Formats: sequence, C-alpha cells, structure tokens
Amino acid sequence: MIPFDQLLVQAINGIVTGMILALVASGLTLIFGIMDVVNFAHGELFMLGAYVGTTIFVTTGSFWVALLGACLTLAALGAALQITTLRPLLGRDPLTTILATFGISLVLQNYALWQYGPVPRKITEPITGHFQLFHIEYPWYRLLIALLSALIIGGLWLFMKYGTYGIWIRATTQDRLMASAMGIPVPWVHTGVFAIGAAMAAASGVLFGPLVGVNHAMGFDFTLRAFVVVVVGGMGNLGGSILASIFLSLLEAFASLWVSPAQAVIVSFVVLILTLLFRPTGLFVPTPK
Amino acid sequence: MLDLQDVHTYYGKSHVLHGVSLEVSAGEVVGLLGRNGVGKSTTLKTVMGLVRPAAGHVRFEGRDLTGLAPHHVARRGIAWVPEDRRIFRLLTVMENLRTGLDRQGMTEPRKQELLEKVYASFPVLRERRHQAGGTLSGGEQQMLAIARAMTLTPKIILLDEPTEGLMPRMVAQIREIIDVLRRDGVAILLVEQNVPLTLEVCARVYIMEKGQVRYRGSARELQANETIIQQYLGVSA
Repeated sequence: MIPFDQLLVQAINGIVTGMILALVASGLTLIFGIMDVVNFAHGELFMLGAYVGTTIFVTTGSFWVALLGACLTLAALGAALQITTLRPLLGRDPLTTILATFGISLVLQNYALWQYGPVPRKITEPITGHFQLFHIEYPWYRLLIALLSALIIGGLWLFMKYGTYGIWIRATTQDRLMASAMGIPVPWVHTGVFAIGAAMAAASGVLFGPLVGVNHAMGFDFTLRAFVVVVVGGMGNLGGSILASIFLSLLEAFASLWVSPAQAVIVSFVVLILTLLFRPTGLFVPTPK
Repeated sequence: MLDLQDVHTYYGKSHVLHGVSLEVSAGEVVGLLGRNGVGKSTTLKTVMGLVRPAAGHVRFEGRDLTGLAPHHVARRGIAWVPEDRRIFRLLTVMENLRTGLDRQGMTEPRKQELLEKVYASFPVLRERRHQAGGTLSGGEQQMLAIARAMTLTPKIILLDEPTEGLMPRMVAQIREIIDVLRRDGVAILLVEQNVPLTLEVCARVYIMEKGQVRYRGSARELQANETIIQQYLGVSA
C-alpha cells in the first residue's frame, strides 16, 4: 500500500506539470483548431521564449520583465513566421504545412545552438522559498507556475468567450468563408492566433526555465507530450486539451510511484494508443451526434 | 450600383459562368431565376470574392471589386445570405450577430440601436439570443442568416434561396422582411426557385441558363410571358 502523503505529493506534482503542459498544448490546439496547421515548431517557440527570457533576465534582473518581454518578442516572431511561411500555404495539403513548420523548427533549433551555445542557461525563479509537505521540502515556485498557467489559460478563455476578437477566432474556426463574408479579416485572424500561440509557448518556456535550465533541445520533449495531449483531448478542442494535460500528468505522476519517471511516460503513450483505437475524436469531447 | 460585366468563373476546370452581365441599382430588388446548377449561386459567390472570376469585372459604386478579398467586399457594403445559411453553429445567436456588429467605426449605442432593429424584425431571435445557432430550427436559422447580414448595414444583400424548404408561414415572414429591407432602401439581389414570390417582390428579373443570362425584363413582362417561364424554368407562374 502506498502511503497517503506520497499520493498527495504526486497529485500536486501531477497538477503542476499538467498546468504547464496545458499552457503549451492550448497554444498548439488553438493553432490547429483554427488553421488546420499542425505546428511542429511549437516546442522551438517554447525553447526560444525561454532563451529570450534568459537574455532579458540577465539585462534587467527581473523575472517578470523577462516573462512579459519573452511573450511579446515571441508573439512578434510568431506573427512574422505565419505571414512569411504559413499564409502562402493556406488551403494546401496539410502535409505542406507540416513540412514547413518542421523546417521552421530545425532552423530555430540550430539558430539557438549557434546563438546561445550548447551550455544550458540559467534563469532564476522569482521566489525561492520552500514549504514543508510531509517529508519533503516543496518549492513555492512550482505552485506559482501552476497558478500562473491557470491564470493565463483563464485569461485566454475569457478572451475567447467574450472578446470581439475571440468571437472572430471562433467564427473563423467554424466557417472560414462565412467569417470572411461577414467582414472578418480572416488572414489577420490566423496571424493573430499564431502570435497568441507563440506567446503562450514563450510564457511556458520562461516559467519552466528555472526548473530544468534552458537549452536548445528543451522544446522537443514538451512538444511530444503536448501532441499526445492534443490528440487525447480532441484535436482543436481547447477544454479537452487542458483536461487531457492534467489527466495524463496525474497518471504519469502516480505511475512514477511504482516505476521510474522515465518509464512512467509510457503511460501517456498507452493512453494515446487506446484513444486512437477506441475514441479517435478525443477523450474529452462530447460524443458527436 | 452593382454591375457585373461579362464575368467568367471556373471551379477548377469546369467553366461555370460563361460571361454573366447584370446590374442592380441602389435600393432595387432584382430577381435571379433559373433551374438548379445554372450558376446563380456562383454568381453571388463571385460578387462576394469567394470565388475569383477568370475574366470580366464586378463593379460596385463605380469601383472594381474583382480580386478583392471577401472581407473587403463585405466592408464596402455587400452582405451575403448563403443558400445553406452557414450559421456559426457553435456560436450563440447573439455571437452570430456580433460577427457583423463588432466592426470598426461602430459605437456602443449604434450597436444597440442596430441590434434592437434586428430583434424587432425577428422577435424570435431575441428569445433565442443565448442559444447556440446550431440548435435553431431551419426557419429560425434562415432568419438568423438574414439578421446577421443586416448587422453589416449593407447597401445590397445577396439573398440565396431564402425560402427553400421553409413552411408557408416562414415564407410569408421572409417576404415581409424583404419588404422591410426595400423600404429601408437596401438593394436585394434575390436568387430563387419560387417564381411567384420572385415576381411579386422584384421589379426586374434575370433568368440564367447554362452560366449565362438568357432573359432580362421587368417582373410584369415576365409574368405575362408564359412561354419564357415554361422554357427556362419549366414551371407555370
């Protein structure tokens, strides 16, 4: 029998990782939902966001300025990438955009290696305290990450639900042609969504930076997990992705009570395969009528 | 006001419009009749910029629209009510209307005023304003499609088979709304299969066949010309 305190610690761990993953995945699923673009460069936007964060952090010394600056920089970069590489491909075979974003990811990764070198950079967390959680010292910062992720996702949700641009985005997702016939500037909606997705990736990169150290390959692991989450949650379904992030992270956290954390990742893939076999539209979407 | 000159449109390799020319003056209600598949809907889509003509020109208030993106066409004052309604099914009725209301240059009081006007024409939409568009009945969806077009305060509405598949009571309501729009000075290009209705509400009528306009004339002339109606439409008015 597993002691209760260990279960609780793992539950908190699962939720914290799940919230970060949800932040990465919601950018990914938003971009897929509206543009049918599978963004293979998402992890690199995450990584680049973290690097930009470290640079700003070194110059200003403020974590919060770094977080905000990285989001704005990556939003601008995302918009530029969308306009130059994805906009011309609109309406083409999905394979074309997959290749394009994969190309972008290679370019960004090697750019980061060239610009920042192979040695991981450090970004310091804004709060360093711990609190006593049963037998371990639990860092406050991990809770702060979960809280901030939840706030950002909540903000996105409010924006999508009530804002004019949110309505434009949802209308464009449902019917691109009709949206444009209603005077909605669809090409700019696409650019805006890509910028929002990039900014959310950057935010997660900066938030996650203090836990792992920033390096040029840090995006890969997260993208892979984000893709699993997006498929399990139902492609393009924002709420589903968030639920799937937390669900899978909790499963992995509990599984690591028995096996090593590296082996626990297998659980996610088992869930992915089962989802694809038995409920390919996603676990957390209402059954289609 | 709206002026099509020798417009040719293709879907891939199939040549759909073979040189369509027609015009609609400000405030005029004009009918576009013809059997299924003669290119009526494609004509409207070409005006909207949803399909690009291979040759010919679409002019609106003297300016060339050819090749303009649909959202620019909409902002010039042309609204489209598609045949299959194309309601944003997951958006509420209110959000569907906001796609047209929330645009540049609209103040909050102006939006309210316009919304009240739309609700006055379609009281049922006020009742259903928080309901998802996809849950409305066919007739209600048609009303929402027209209401949504009205939120753009267009100078002309391209109305594609608004009465198709509707109960007579709904048809009467659509008829009424066409009259309201006409009184407001909104021009309408009405594509219809319902010949009697078209002849009743329109001043002038075009008949299309095989991607071309084959007949043009006043509704009164056409009403008297049983042969033409039989020949192109295969129905008696």
